[in-house]
Amino acid sequence: MLLAFFLLFTRFFWLQVVQHEHYRTRAEDNRISLVPIVPNRGVIVDRNGLVLARNYSAYTLEITPGKVADLEAVINALAGVVDIQPKDRKRFRKLLEESKNFESLPIRTRLTDEEVARFIAQRYRFPGVEIKARLFRQYPQGELASHALGYIGRVNDRDLGAIERQGAEDNYRGTEHFGKTGLEQKYEFELHGQTGFEQVEVDAGGRAVRVLARTAPLPGNNLVLTLDARLQQVVERAFGQRRGALVAIEPASGGILALVSMPGYDPNLFVDGISPQDWEGLNTSEDKPMVNRALNGAYPPGSTFKPFMALAALETGKRTPQQTISDPGFFNFGGHTFRDDKKGGHGIVDMYKSIVHSCDTYYYVLANDMGIDAISAFMRQLGLGQRTGIDIEGESEGVLPSQEWKRKRFRKPEQQKWYAGETVSIGIGQGYNAYTPIQLAQATAAIANNGVLFRPHLVKHIENINTGERVPIEPEPLRSLPLKPANVEVIRQAMVGVNKEGTGARAFAGAEYASAGKTGTAQVFSLKGGKYEHGKVSERLRDHALFIAFAPADQPTIALAVLVENGGFGAQSAAPIARQVLDYWLLGKLPKDAAPEFEEEVEGD
Amino acid sequence: MTELAFRPREWWQKLAAPIDPALLGMLALLLGYALLVLTSASPERLNNQFLNLAVALVVMRLAAQVPPQRLMHLALPLYVAGVLLLVAVALFGDVSKGARRWLNLGFMRIQPSEIMKIAMPLMLAWYFQKHEAMLRARDWVVAALILLLPVALIARQPDLGTAILVFAAGFFVIFLAGLSWKVMAALVFGGLASLPFAWTLLHDYQRQRILTLIDPEADPLGKGFHIIQSTIAVGSGGILGKGLGNGTQTHLEFIPERHTDFIFAVLSEEFGLLGNSFLLVLYALIIGRGLMVAANAPTLFSRLLAGSITLIFFTYAFVNMGMVSGILPVVGVPLPFVSYGGTALVTLFAGVGILMSIHKHRMLVQK
Repeated sequence: MLLAFFLLFTRFFWLQVVQHEHYRTRAEDNRISLVPIVPNRGVIVDRNGLVLARNYSAYTLEITPGKVADLEAVINALAGVVDIQPKDRKRFRKLLEESKNFESLPIRTRLTDEEVARFIAQRYRFPGVEIKARLFRQYPQGELASHALGYIGRVNDRDLGAIERQGAEDNYRGTEHFGKTGLEQKYEFELHGQTGFEQVEVDAGGRAVRVLARTAPLPGNNLVLTLDARLQQVVERAFGQRRGALVAIEPASGGILALVSMPGYDPNLFVDGISPQDWEGLNTSEDKPMVNRALNGAYPPGSTFKPFMALAALETGKRTPQQTISDPGFFNFGGHTFRDDKKGGHGIVDMYKSIVHSCDTYYYVLANDMGIDAISAFMRQLGLGQRTGIDIEGESEGVLPSQEWKRKRFRKPEQQKWYAGETVSIGIGQGYNAYTPIQLAQATAAIANNGVLFRPHLVKHIENINTGERVPIEPEPLRSLPLKPANVEVIRQAMVGVNKEGTGARAFAGAEYASAGKTGTAQVFSLKGGKYEHGKVSERLRDHALFIAFAPADQPTIALAVLVENGGFGAQSAAPIARQVLDYWLLGKLPKDAAPEFEEEVEGD
Repeated sequence: MTELAFRPREWWQKLAAPIDPALLGMLALLLGYALLVLTSASPERLNNQFLNLAVALVVMRLAAQVPPQRLMHLALPLYVAGVLLLVAVALFGDVSKGARRWLNLGFMRIQPSEIMKIAMPLMLAWYFQKHEAMLRARDWVVAALILLLPVALIARQPDLGTAILVFAAGFFVIFLAGLSWKVMAALVFGGLASLPFAWTLLHDYQRQRILTLIDPEADPLGKGFHIIQSTIAVGSGGILGKGLGNGTQTHLEFIPERHTDFIFAVLSEEFGLLGNSFLLVLYALIIGRGLMVAANAPTLFSRLLAGSITLIFFTYAFVNMGMVSGILPVVGVPLPFVSYGGTALVTLFAGVGILMSIHKHRMLVQK
C-alpha cells in the first residue's frame, strides 16, 4: 500500500516538478486566447472629399452552428424574441452552406436597441447564440458609381486564396469581409488595415472571461479618388433609363473623372450577404446591371473610329489633309458594294469633311489603301484592343483585328484567312472591331493630349490616417507617341468641326466653349443575350449609339467616350449625354432631366 | 453498550462513547482540508456538503454503536437483499445515460450497487467466520461465487467503476482470510490470460476509456479531454500550487466534474506537490489506523471486515488519484471523504462507524 502511495507520489513529482514547465505552458495556452480585433476598413471619398464608402457599427445576432444541436428549433425560438423574416432565414441557410461549422453566422443584422435588450434578458435560453457589435460597410450614395466602387462580401475560398498569395493570413484572422469587385477588390489590402489583438482569458467553452492585454488595430488606408461624384451623378442622371457606359478621363494624368455603367446596382445589398431574391433579380435581369459595360462591354466603335483612321493616314503618309475623293455614295470592292449612309454621296470630300460629316466612302478607300496590318499597328499604339491597366480587376481586352488575330481566333483554314474586303468595313469601325468604352476614352484622351497616353486610374491618393501620410498615385505615362503636332491639329480641328457644323452640331448647339467630338453608330447584328420577346426585339436590335469628345478643344481638361446600347445614331442619343457632361464639367451647369434623345436622324452618320 | 445502559452518565459522554478519537481526529483534518478545497471548486455547494456531512456523521455514530456480533447477523439478509435488488434493477431499472443503475421504488430512487459496497465485505467476512479453521477448497469456490455474482450484475448495468470497487471490497476479505499465494499467483496469471477475452466483453465506451489512457492525445477534444485537462491541472500546480481559488484550469471550466470525481485536480492545481503530499499523509494515517484496528480485532469476522473496509478507503483514494493524474483509466470513483456528494459520504462513514465499533469491541470479553 505504501508502495502504491509512493507510486502516486512519484507520478506527482514527475508532473509537478520535472514536467512542471510543460504543463504550466499548456495551462496558459488553454486559458489565454488571442482574439483578433478587426480594423476599421478605410473609407473611399471622391476628389472633393464626398464619402462614397464608409463604415457604421451595428449589432448582429449570430449563431455558431457547431454549438447548436437543432438549428431550426433555435431559430424558431429566436423568432419569438427578435423579428426574423423568411429572407433572414434564407440568407442564413445560404451562409451556412458556404461556411465552416465553427464560424458564427448572422441570423439577423442591424438589431434595434430594444431587440438587443430583449435578447440579452433571455440569453440563458440560447447557448451558442450571441450578440456582436460589428462594423458594416455602407455606400451612402447608393447606386452612384457602383461599378467603380464594387462591393464587399463575406470571405470565400477564392478570397482565402488571394489572402494566402499576399501572405496576409495572420492579418485576416477574424476578418469576415473581402472586396469582391471594383476598387473594394483592387485596393483590398490597402483598405483592410492592421488587425489588432486582445489577449483574453477564456473558459473551456471559449467564452471570454476578461481581457489581459490589447494591441489596438490600425484602421485601413483611405482612398481619395480622381472621380468626381457630382460629375458621376450628372452622367448617371443623363442616361435616364437607358443602358450604356461613359468613361471620362483627365487627359493630362489619366485620372478617371467618371466611370459609369448603366444600369448600376446598390452595393449596400451585398454588405451583410445579399438575399437570394435580390441576387437572382440582378443576375437574370435582361439589362444585366452586374456587367460593368465600361470595362467589360466590347462594342464596334462605328464612326468614332474615323478620327483615329485619319490620324493613322496622316502619320503613315497615306493621305494629306488636302487630298480629296469624289464620293458617289458607294465603294465597289471585289464584287461587293459598300454603301455610304448618304444617298448620292457627299460629293468632293477632304479629310476635314470626311470627319465632320462622317463620310464612309472616304474611309472605305483609305482602309483599303492602308491594309489591315498598318491599321492595327497604329491602333495598337493608341491602346485599342488592349487592357488599359485601370485599377479595377477583370477588364476586357476587346478585339483589334489583324491578320494574326484572325489566324489565332479561328480554327478552320478558310476562316483563318484575312480577306481584303474585311479591311474595308474595318475602316468605318465595323466588322471585327470591338473596343471597350474605356479604350475609346483613352484613345480620345491620347489625341487630346498630343499623343501622350497615361494609364487610366481611379485613385488619386492613398491616405494613411495613422501617420497622416498621403501617398499620391503618380500619373503613369504608358507611352508617348511621336505624332506630328500638325497632324494632331488637323484631327482636332476636324473634331471641333463635328460639334460646330457636323453630326454633333445639334447636340452642341449654343455651347459656350469649343469642344471636339465624333459621333458613331455600331450595328447590332445579332440577338446576343436577349431572349426573343415580341415588341422588345426591335428595341434591342437598334444600333448602339457612340460619341467621343474632349474639351475645351485647345486645352482639354476632359476626354470621354459614351456608349448608349440600342440608342440608335450616336448623334441622336450619345451626343446629348456628352453635352450635359461637358456643360457640367466646364460651366458647372446641372441638367434638369435626362439628356434628350433626338427623334429623327440628324445627319448621315 | 450495556455499560452505557447501567450507569447514568452525562449526555455528551454517552454520545461520544463509541467514537474513536484518533480516527475522528484524522478524519476531521481531512474533512477540513476537503471543505477548504470545495470553497474553491464549488463554493455554492458548501452548505449542501455540510448537510451531507451531518447525515454521514449520524450514520457513523449509529454504525459505531452496533456491536460486531449484531453486524454478523445483518450480513446474510443485507447481501441477499442487495442481490435481489440488483436483479430487480436488471429487470425493471430506470435507464439513464445508457446504463440501468437505478431502481425506482415509487417514493425514491436507489442505486442497489451502493449497498453492495458494504454488504459484500460483511457477507464474506461472515462466511469465513462461519467456516473458520476448517477452510476447504470448495469454501474458496463458494466465496468466489458470493463475490462474483453481484459484481457481474453490476458490471452488466454497466457500471465498471462500482463493479471494480465491490470486487475489490470482496477480494480484500478473501485475501485477508488467507488465500494462499499460489492461488493468488494462479489467479493473476489467469486474469492476465483472460484479458483479451474480457476485452471483447467490454462496452465500447469502456474500451475507449482504456485506449484513451494509453494515448490521450489521440483525441484531444473528445475522449481524451478529461485526462489531458486534469493532467495539465496537476502538472501546472507545481510544488507550491497556484493558491486557493487561483487555479485557471479549475475556474475556467477545463476540469470536468471538478467538485466530484475530479476534485483532486483542483486540490493538486491550487496546493501543488505539497498539498498532494499532505493528502497522501492523511490517507496513510487513516489507513494505518484502520489496519491497526483490524490487527487488534478479536474475531476473524471483525478482522476481515475492518481490514477490508480500510483497504476500500485505500482503493478509492488510489484509483481516484491515479485516474486524475493520468495513470489509471477514468472510472467513476470519488476521492474518499473529499469529493462532494452524499451517497459516497454516507457509505464511507458507515464504514468508519463499523471500524470504530470493532475498535471498541477489541476485547473478546467486554468489561
